[in-house]
Amino acid sequence: MSVRDQKATPGWLGAIPAVWLAVLFLVPFAIMLSVSVAHRVPGGFFEPGFELTSYARLFTPFFGRILLTSILIAAGAALICVALAFPFTVILAGMRRRAQTLVLVILLAVLSLSEVIIGFSLSTLLSRTAGVGNLFAWIGLIETSQAYTPGLFALMAGLCYLGFPYAVLVLYPPVSRLDPELGEAARSMGASPLRAFLSVTVPVLRAPILGALILVFVFTLGAYLLPQILGRPRHWTLSVHITDQAIFQSNLPFAAAMAIVLLIVALAMVGLALLLGREREGRA
Amino acid sequence: MRPLGPFYILVILALLAAPLVVVTGVSLNSAQSLRFPPQDLSLRWYAALFQQADWMGPLRNSVAIAALASLLAVAVALPLALHVWARGGWLGRALYTLGVAPFMLPPVITALGFLVFWVSLGMYGQMTATVVSHAVFLVTLPLVTISLGLQAVDPALIEAARVMGATRAKVLRTVVLPLILPYMISGYAFAFVLSLNEYIIAYMVAGFTVETLPIKIFNSLRYGYTPIMGVVSVLFVVIAVVVFGLIGRFGNLPRLLGAERMRE
Repeated sequence: MSVRDQKATPGWLGAIPAVWLAVLFLVPFAIMLSVSVAHRVPGGFFEPGFELTSYARLFTPFFGRILLTSILIAAGAALICVALAFPFTVILAGMRRRAQTLVLVILLAVLSLSEVIIGFSLSTLLSRTAGVGNLFAWIGLIETSQAYTPGLFALMAGLCYLGFPYAVLVLYPPVSRLDPELGEAARSMGASPLRAFLSVTVPVLRAPILGALILVFVFTLGAYLLPQILGRPRHWTLSVHITDQAIFQSNLPFAAAMAIVLLIVALAMVGLALLLGREREGRA
Repeated sequence: MRPLGPFYILVILALLAAPLVVVTGVSLNSAQSLRFPPQDLSLRWYAALFQQADWMGPLRNSVAIAALASLLAVAVALPLALHVWARGGWLGRALYTLGVAPFMLPPVITALGFLVFWVSLGMYGQMTATVVSHAVFLVTLPLVTISLGLQAVDPALIEAARVMGATRAKVLRTVVLPLILPYMISGYAFAFVLSLNEYIIAYMVAGFTVETLPIKIFNSLRYGYTPIMGVVSVLFVVIAVVVFGLIGRFGNLPRLLGAERMRE
């Protein structure tokens, strides 16, 4: 082999991450799969075995209600986030680089915030003593200050707070790749800005918008603390119940079975989103 | 539409800032109550965070875990990114997918996987378990940034070094590594901030023995709200803004996040 044909890295280099990820990422999933069919020992962990008892429990109304609640809440949050984030991203991508950097720093800072901090901040903002209730009462909108948390409204506000920066960052690459001349062409032919936006920008980016919807859906599906801090027990999502079963009910097999279902749902959705992204690139 | 655009951006940013403004105000109360606007401005809770042992412990845990986990994440992401960049192939594609997978899935799944894994190994509840779990979970961030950095490396530079007789190791060390160092640093910083804020994995893996700051806040929420939680929130916001601000100042944040064309 001549020097020129030699690859830039030695072949064994890939073995380091391969072994690391196989042992620490794939093996845990394999164990989880085996736990989901293991026999539950009440009060203890579990003993190895093969039974589908935990999966059978997934077909009860109890689990059906949890799944439906989780999906509805996450889907609602994803719709609101993307509806708000799309125009935001289009405007952002047209700004100067310095301004864009500034906005991105703020978005990243919000995105990286722990759910517990978002939950605490929003429940303070929506509380009776320190929150918007005071402001409304002061303006005279309402008689006396009141709390807007916990409840479905507070929970949705929290999930949108969590999902909005994520939605912008998912939409940002495809939107910034969009040729700005497209919109300008429509405008020069007499379309109003809003019309150009609705009839050119939105249709061209249909696939990325759909992809973003799915990714934000999966992202908010993973919210674990917000339903507990801002919602009521009936708003608890699958993520909360998985942890509850694993830690507090000591029912690891059932928790693992729920996690496997969530994993399949999430994988299917993410796969769909990636497919949508690839289709777009194939056409471009 | 022209003036409307920036206005829309500002309204959304104001909405995003509102809870943080209130929390900052609350953290400045002198009494142990959550009043906004705060009464009798005082920094007493800021001092309290660094004096009370039951908050200092979680703070130390969080910083140690974030520092070590991000280092491990970069150490794994670097060979992965290099392999994908130089060799590609099915192994490269598979490894890259594995590397970004933890981040695409609801974290509770990964967290439960780690829980049963560490229970099987008998390491459940140890700080090592939290560090390694975070490192696996966060490997995505340095992987993405370093890959971006490698895409920008000019192949002619490597070719030139080769022709002049540099060995493969020497080319990697003296040409490639210095070029991607900024991307390694931003990958480290991203992972650090996210590890600091991560809750569910830390909780599932060692929540009862190794308390991190997010776990501590959530546990204390049950016994009522105190301004000290506001202090921690302010601290986390400041760390995130400083870290991302530095990346934005010295790096190309829009490009790092996937923008391709840019108006100066």
